[in-house]
Amino acid sequence: MSNVPNELRYTKSHEWVRTEADGSVTVGITDHAQELLGDMVFIELPETEANYTAGEECAVVESVKAASDVYSPITGEVIAVNEELADAPETVNQDPYDTGWMFKMQPEDAGEVDELMDAEAYNELIAEEGH
Amino acid sequence: MPTPQRTPLHPQHLASGAKLVDFAGWEMPIHYGSQLEEHHQVRNDAGMFDVSHMVVLDLTGNEVTDFLRRLLANDVARIQTPGKALYSCMLNERGGVIDDLIVYFMDDNWYRMVVNAATRDKDLAWIRQQAEDREVQIRERDDLAMIAVQGPNARDKTHAALGARIDPAHDLKPFFAIDCRDTKGEWFVARTGYTGEDGYEIMLPAAQAGDTWEALLAAGVRPIGLGARDTLRLEAGMNLYGQDMDEDTSPLEAGLAWTVAFEPLDRDFIGRTALEAQKTAGPANKLVGLILEDRGVLRAHQKVLTELGAGETTSGSFSPTLGKAIALARVPAAATDNCTVEIRGKQLAARIVKYPFARNGKSLFD
Repeated sequence: MSNVPNELRYTKSHEWVRTEADGSVTVGITDHAQELLGDMVFIELPETEANYTAGEECAVVESVKAASDVYSPITGEVIAVNEELADAPETVNQDPYDTGWMFKMQPEDAGEVDELMDAEAYNELIAEEGH
Repeated sequence: MPTPQRTPLHPQHLASGAKLVDFAGWEMPIHYGSQLEEHHQVRNDAGMFDVSHMVVLDLTGNEVTDFLRRLLANDVARIQTPGKALYSCMLNERGGVIDDLIVYFMDDNWYRMVVNAATRDKDLAWIRQQAEDREVQIRERDDLAMIAVQGPNARDKTHAALGARIDPAHDLKPFFAIDCRDTKGEWFVARTGYTGEDGYEIMLPAAQAGDTWEALLAAGVRPIGLGARDTLRLEAGMNLYGQDMDEDTSPLEAGLAWTVAFEPLDRDFIGRTALEAQKTAGPANKLVGLILEDRGVLRAHQKVLTELGAGETTSGSFSPTLGKAIALARVPAAATDNCTVEIRGKQLAARIVKYPFARNGKSLFD
């Protein structure tokens, strides 16, 4: 059973999004995703100040099993990336929602996050995927 | 789809939290939580693998030595000492590899052979066909399970766990086996393995496998999955049949020329003629090691570009001991130094090296 925190939002491509007090968002990959991928060995993060549209590929996680693209959940600018993951990619496996965060963005449109799946919908999605 | 088979240790895998996957029609653990941790455990301490899916064959009879000297590319005349082991390829007439295997000489009329799980059916059919009209009996020992305990502390922990049962193995030299059978069962301990570390491969009655596994667990031997098994053998420079070579690959292009005994010249083994022709002409390709200089992971079937032409990776993974990606690759015979590997549309820089990549638990490269 994977962990799906209630307060987060989710994408079909298994990213999670947390809205911060200042309106920025923090993004990572879900427990379900890290479990499927296995031990992480390299995380390729986006550049700060880079802009992405929703659904655009912006990062790559490379595990012992496979390389997997990470997609920008919303349209906006990257304002920070988690440098710790360079030396400790396994953090994404161990703590995907907290210290395993990947990057922060400033959304172009404040309301866009609300259009993403909530925890209940994401739970349904992963149940349908048969895991 | 037929349901996967289970080894006698299936309950133990579940109890240890194994993530089970289908491997060659068997339900096997890919890991028990972290493939990376399991890899380090074997390099630094002791870990155990359930390899009961592999095929154990006892070959007996008056003509067994002559038979094997014809069947195998390596020469069992080299192992005429009780318990001595030999790594060999079994070739077809074209000189292509049907399988790679280990054979143990036990006495003049008894050899034990271990072949791969994925090639069981074709290996058995081939061996039986070759043995027709010979005084050779072939018995598949599917009554036996097999546990491989590997790592610098593997032998000590195994003796601590299993005591008198395997005392005779104390004096085993590397690449030797001993028959430890008694009234309670046919145990067989070999000082061989597929990780590059010291240790044992223990063949034992299936009914005793569960208790034995649990005794080893209690002695501090951790369970290790197939994911780590692959990264360990790759670091050790050991071939994987079906990836690094197959029926269309010559051992001379798979880094296995050292396993082919061309001497004595009068030993006619299956595939000899084809290999001699290849040797004379000079093989077009060779198997080399690659270390990726850039960040990324090498995997099988990636295109390799050298100054002398293109090649392909045959096996690849992230090497936990080196902290970098490594691979085995088939490249033009004279290629040296550097190359690039095409990964997800980009050309990444890699170094051509002689493998193995690690020894005694440490990287051989800075």
